[in-house]
Amino acid sequence: MTKVVFDEEKCKGCGLCVQFCPKKAIIMAERINTKGYHPAVLADEENCISCGICARMCPDAVIEVFKP
Amino acid sequence: MKQVYSVPKSLQPRSTHYCPGCTHGIVHKLVAEAIDDLEIRDRAIGVAPVGCAVFAYDYFDCDFQQAAHGRAPAVATGIKRAVPDSVVFTYQGDGDLASIGAAEIVHAAMRGERITVIFVNNAIYGMTGGQMAPTTLVGQKATTAPFGRQKEHCGSPLRISEMLATIPGAAYIARVALSSPGNVAKAKTAIRKAFETQLAGEGFALVECLSTCPTNWGMAPYEAMQWLEENMIPYYPLGEFRTPEGGAE
Repeated sequence: MTKVVFDEEKCKGCGLCVQFCPKKAIIMAERINTKGYHPAVLADEENCISCGICARMCPDAVIEVFKP
Repeated sequence: MKQVYSVPKSLQPRSTHYCPGCTHGIVHKLVAEAIDDLEIRDRAIGVAPVGCAVFAYDYFDCDFQQAAHGRAPAVATGIKRAVPDSVVFTYQGDGDLASIGAAEIVHAAMRGERITVIFVNNAIYGMTGGQMAPTTLVGQKATTAPFGRQKEHCGSPLRISEMLATIPGAAYIARVALSSPGNVAKAKTAIRKAFETQLAGEGFALVECLSTCPTNWGMAPYEAMQWLEENMIPYYPLGEFRTPEGGAE
């Protein structure tokens, strides 16, 4: 299980999680979801500190965060 | 693994119609978190406005009523007086609350109605396509102010929180911004306090949330948050303007 779980189909690709991630661990995927948006994905799990900022700033309740 | 953040239970598990990056979604989550934390979902009754948030009743998992444009505080008054045990909140934008609903909000505060008002101020009419609102900043462009709002012509933007803080019936008045993780954390505290004010029976509570409208401002979501910090916060200062303990600042 990854530290950050994205409900990809709800993602609108606004990129706020990417901008606010203090570790720059999130990127927008190249694939698109059924809405036609590039969903956010965790690209650098090792650097992720499970701070939860991405989830708090996500307007679409896409993200859940876990800490090992 | 320990869960650090989970989606609030008082939100329906569905996608919203809001534009990408719209801070309405963040306010929805904060209100739902407050309802979850205070364990009031069974008693909570929301009143939806006219505006972008008109479909709020589809997104919250609690009782909801939709009001005529600007009349949410009047509807909330009726619900709260008929069912005193309920926890009643309105969710209104600046076009709804500061313009057509200006009379309702002032008089609900004057009567000291025990309701909680979530006021989302993005300085523009969102749903109708970006027209100038009473809260639009001087110089800010809108479809009905293509050269920017002119003070000589349209007056100065209305500061709702400061105005309501002068009313004795208002128990809790605060302004927060949704422009950074720190400000969102402060917004969460303020929204919770606004519900606690109602639960303690102390009177009228309002939280003004400075928000972005990336679509009508013509900006990317992150750029819009920076614009909010640089332009809106200097005119609309953040803070608590009235608290049940302290009275007016």
